Amino acid sequence: MEETKSLRRGEASMDVKDIIKGENLVYSKSSLMTDNVLSYCPGCGHGTVHRIIAEVIEELELQTQTIGIAPVGCSVLAYEFIDIDWLQSAHGRAPAVATGLKRVMPDKYIFTYQGDGDLAAIGTNETIHACNRGEHITIIFINNGIYGMTGGQMAPTTIPGMVSSTSPYGRDVSTMGNPIKISELVAQLPGTWYVTRQAVHKPGNVRKAKKAIRKAFENQALKKGVSLVEVVSNCNSGWKMTPVQANKWMEENMFSFYPLGDIKVEGQLVK
Amino acid sequence: MKKELRLLKGNEAIAEAAIRAGADAYFGYPITPQSEVLEYLMLEKPEERTGMVVLQAESELGAINMVFGAAAAGRRVISSSSSPGISLFQEGISYIAGAELPCVIVNVVRGGPGLGTIQPSQADYFQATKGGGHGDYHLLVLAPAFVQEMADFVPLGFELAFKYRNPVMILTDGLIGQMMEKVELFEQIPRATEFDQDWVATGKTPYRERNVVTSLDLQADQMEKRNHRLQAKYKIMQEEDVRYEEIACGDAEYLMVAYGSSARICQKTVQLAREKGIKAGLLRPITLYPFPTKYLEAMADKVKGILSVEMNAGQMVEDVRLAVDGKIPVEHYGRYGGMVHSPNEVLEALEEKIVKA
Repeated sequence: MEETKSLRRGEASMDVKDIIKGENLVYSKSSLMTDNVLSYCPGCGHGTVHRIIAEVIEELELQTQTIGIAPVGCSVLAYEFIDIDWLQSAHGRAPAVATGLKRVMPDKYIFTYQGDGDLAAIGTNETIHACNRGEHITIIFINNGIYGMTGGQMAPTTIPGMVSSTSPYGRDVSTMGNPIKISELVAQLPGTWYVTRQAVHKPGNVRKAKKAIRKAFENQALKKGVSLVEVVSNCNSGWKMTPVQANKWMEENMFSFYPLGDIKVEGQLVK
Repeated sequence: MKKELRLLKGNEAIAEAAIRAGADAYFGYPITPQSEVLEYLMLEKPEERTGMVVLQAESELGAINMVFGAAAAGRRVISSSSSPGISLFQEGISYIAGAELPCVIVNVVRGGPGLGTIQPSQADYFQATKGGGHGDYHLLVLAPAFVQEMADFVPLGFELAFKYRNPVMILTDGLIGQMMEKVELFEQIPRATEFDQDWVATGKTPYRERNVVTSLDLQADQMEKRNHRLQAKYKIMQEEDVRYEEIACGDAEYLMVAYGSSARICQKTVQLAREKGIKAGLLRPITLYPFPTKYLEAMADKVKGILSVEMNAGQMVEDVRLAVDGKIPVEHYGRYGGMVHSPNEVLEALEEKIVKA
């Protein structure tokens, strides 16, 4: 059958081989993304954020200068996917590990990659104090409102009423407490230079998120303090939804609680 | 070369020795009775003297994870704390041991459990020598008995930590940490300038694969391999790095085993015992892990009984019993909870529990 090999364009037909040519190349996988099979669920935002980080490091030519800190959580194996030096830290401690690394190598580019349970619950202390000391590091914070790796338990970021395996009737803030907006919180601290909230569920958002992550890496050269990029992401497996449903649910429910956009730029809160 | 003699507190000796040993970084959090380490370092401005980084962390959890980060860059990193703080270190120490990173950790032990007391104790022997955190691992444990050794064990600690890529603990106590003694200081050792060990995470170069400093192996067979590697290191430690001091052991009929502060007390007891005609000797383990097991095994054929004298309720005595394997009586004596035994109390215990038994 010829259908699989040719694409119909009106009356004319074209062979795939005619399309795969240098001049038609508009996108390629970053050379810093390894060939390891991503361990993330189909539909999850982690892979996209990994790809953006790899592209930014490659474009800024920082491969030899960058060391990543992987957390405990779904992205514990981040070091399998981006071809740079990595450390794998204890749950929540990545900002302290990054502090130690950066203090002995002040000219290297150090970033942590952390989920919401890691950064906003067990690691709140390390997060707040690294931010308050103004460590010249980049924090990439993936907020999907849930503990993904352990199977969808309630996280500090789970929004009111949201169902999780440990809030099966929805988060009741009167007994389970309120979700924490960690980005708004650390933006209040003098040690943060850039705090922004992004998403990666649509091409436009991916482009904006990449721009933010690029800025967060470039900022390290300024030595002005922490740059934190929060990425509100889905967790379709944990949310028990299809990827499409999850993205829709995220837009309708998460973004009103966690509005996208810059929170602090060049050390100044965005009004 | 003129000797540099200084009158220093044990804690200050640790701090001065850290600078002189060419340490790249110290991360710590205040706790009695070891706060002088951080205070001395801050006062000395090591950043200006050698370029050494000193940072007061937000907690012991923060401090030990800063150690993890800097150690992963191949740097000489040191931290210190005291018992409750060392308990908080344990998570990080387990990760450091699992990721096979070198570092030196000082525990200026105080009485426990819980918040305990600020007086000296040896109650953290189990925690220091058996692992302390989760998983099958050991620290190499050095036990100084003098302020001089507080200084000397810092460069020795770095040497051993890098030899084995394993955390080294200097296990001391509030007594040695707080007492002042004359110290002959070693000359400044320059900080390393190259960090090109094949395991460091300093930025991937085109000439090597990426380095990942991790304690994680999702596949159990891989994790077993990592554990085999650790166990192989501990075996070499047992063969090459057991350190101890014998005091009047040659003709001894009765042996005391004591380390650190307790060994100094027992040294006086040896004298008192011999004045009474009791042929007592003292073994002072300097490495608590690896433990002088073979030495004690041999001594079991030479002496009539052993008294393990510790400022705790009986911890090292278990290792002594394992070494002796039931051949001769082994008993424990010690004051604890922050109390310190006197040479006479030890002599009385030696006579009651060993000589007359």
